[in-house]
Amino acid sequence: MKNNVVVDFKNVFFYYGERPVLEDVSFSIKQNDFIAIIGPNGGGKTTLLKIMLGLLKPDKGTVKVFGKDPEEGRKLIGYLPQNIFFDLNFPINVFDTVIMGRYRGPLKKYSEKDKKSVLDALETVGMLEYKNRHISMLSAGQLQRILIARAIAREPELLLLDEPMASVDPETQKSIYELFLELNKRMAVVFVTHDIGAISIYVDRVLCLNRKLFYHGPKEGSLGKLEEAYSCPVEILAHGIPHRVLGRHKK
Amino acid sequence: MEIFQYEFMRNAVIAAVLVNVTCGIVGTYVVIKKIVFISGGISHAAFGGIGLGYFLGVNPIVTAVPFSLLSAITIGLISKRSKLSEDAAIGIIWAAGMALGIIFINLTPGYAPDLFSYLFGNILTIPVSDLYIMLVLDSIIILIIVFFFKEFYAVSFDEEFSTVIGIPNRVLYLVLLCMVALSVVILIRIVGIILVIALLTIPSSICRQFTYNMKKLITSSIITGIILTIAGLWISYLLNLASGATIIILLAIVFFFSFFAKKVITAVRRLEKKDSM
Repeated sequence: MKNNVVVDFKNVFFYYGERPVLEDVSFSIKQNDFIAIIGPNGGGKTTLLKIMLGLLKPDKGTVKVFGKDPEEGRKLIGYLPQNIFFDLNFPINVFDTVIMGRYRGPLKKYSEKDKKSVLDALETVGMLEYKNRHISMLSAGQLQRILIARAIAREPELLLLDEPMASVDPETQKSIYELFLELNKRMAVVFVTHDIGAISIYVDRVLCLNRKLFYHGPKEGSLGKLEEAYSCPVEILAHGIPHRVLGRHKK
Repeated sequence: MEIFQYEFMRNAVIAAVLVNVTCGIVGTYVVIKKIVFISGGISHAAFGGIGLGYFLGVNPIVTAVPFSLLSAITIGLISKRSKLSEDAAIGIIWAAGMALGIIFINLTPGYAPDLFSYLFGNILTIPVSDLYIMLVLDSIIILIIVFFFKEFYAVSFDEEFSTVIGIPNRVLYLVLLCMVALSVVILIRIVGIILVIALLTIPSSICRQFTYNMKKLITSSIITGIILTIAGLWISYLLNLASGATIIILLAIVFFFSFFAKKVITAVRRLEKKDSM
């Protein structure tokens, strides 16, 4: 893989009907990047992820995932969707949900190694003891962790997470961010979030998306561009200056 | 039992088994994937195929196969690829198929005998040749599900994620609708076009309340279907009622009974938990 580029967007445009959602978006994600995508609602964040996954096709521009077309390259992506469209009463338990992440092709049975990876993934998200539980018996936060486990059970090289902190309480959020940091040693992690506070603590780079991509990396960026994206003053994100807005608790 | 002395009764029992194998399998997917009314549309559209059979002077079941496959694929393509909503697509195919059937029967000279048995079914008049057709269709459905269980399971659960992990979601959806179409054809003889949807959905809806395991759900739906079909047949014999309708009414009664039984069981378990705490 040249320069370890995992995802490469060049001049990508996307329209829903006549409405432009993405305009001239170019960026690349490298191996071991830890990136947050932020931006207002309707700014195109989910669309961007769906283009990476080959679920939507750009109207203009090129997208390469692991040097290939997204439909090919997405095999190496672990994905956590934002909305849960499935039926919680579907006859499936936690283990069977997570093992779907191990799917490799038709007529291939799940191997012992697949089963082991599922247990490892459940252990990683702290849900191992729930493996036989039906999905309707989980809280929203637990379900979110199960779906993260499903994404990482694939042993992906890129983890795409759409609003991973939605419906997760602040206490668990911290442990999930730390989990992402840990996973980031093995794979690139990209997530969409509204939680600007967390970004300054954990993330290497921030992509600000409001139709156009406004901000690109802490070193080259400036607050002005973030404000342009949000069209309101943004103070909480203070790259270069102290990273924390509030002081640490003293123990 | 005396009623099994008759060949038509033996055929009816064999048909009950064959039909419920497909219903247990396909019906479970219909219920969990919530495509009950798509299946209703496909079954009514199959009437066009029945009419075509009368018109061409061949076994209507044979012409119903390609006709319902075609309507299944049409509904599948229209609902997924165009801006037309799924329920509008179902409505159009549903009515157009039936209308075609009526026109075909109009164009056929003379009176259409046993037309009623296609609309309302009659498990007692099933000829042996139809049993063979059922057996073939059953085998096709079983083979598809055995080989692609994982894929259908994943697609029924979470379409978007299935696509991302490389399962051809749209193709499988169409295959599933085609299996529904084949089941409909098998079912037409038993309960008739109008009542097909009941045998396809009630056994799985009953069992679904008591298990969260997919394989157990399929097997228990098959067994429930077989027992209730044969019981319904027996009741219809005793009371001298139409067999298809009696089977459906029995299914519906058992469904409501199981629904309340489930509520009682849950309430009792809650009380037990409270006591033990």
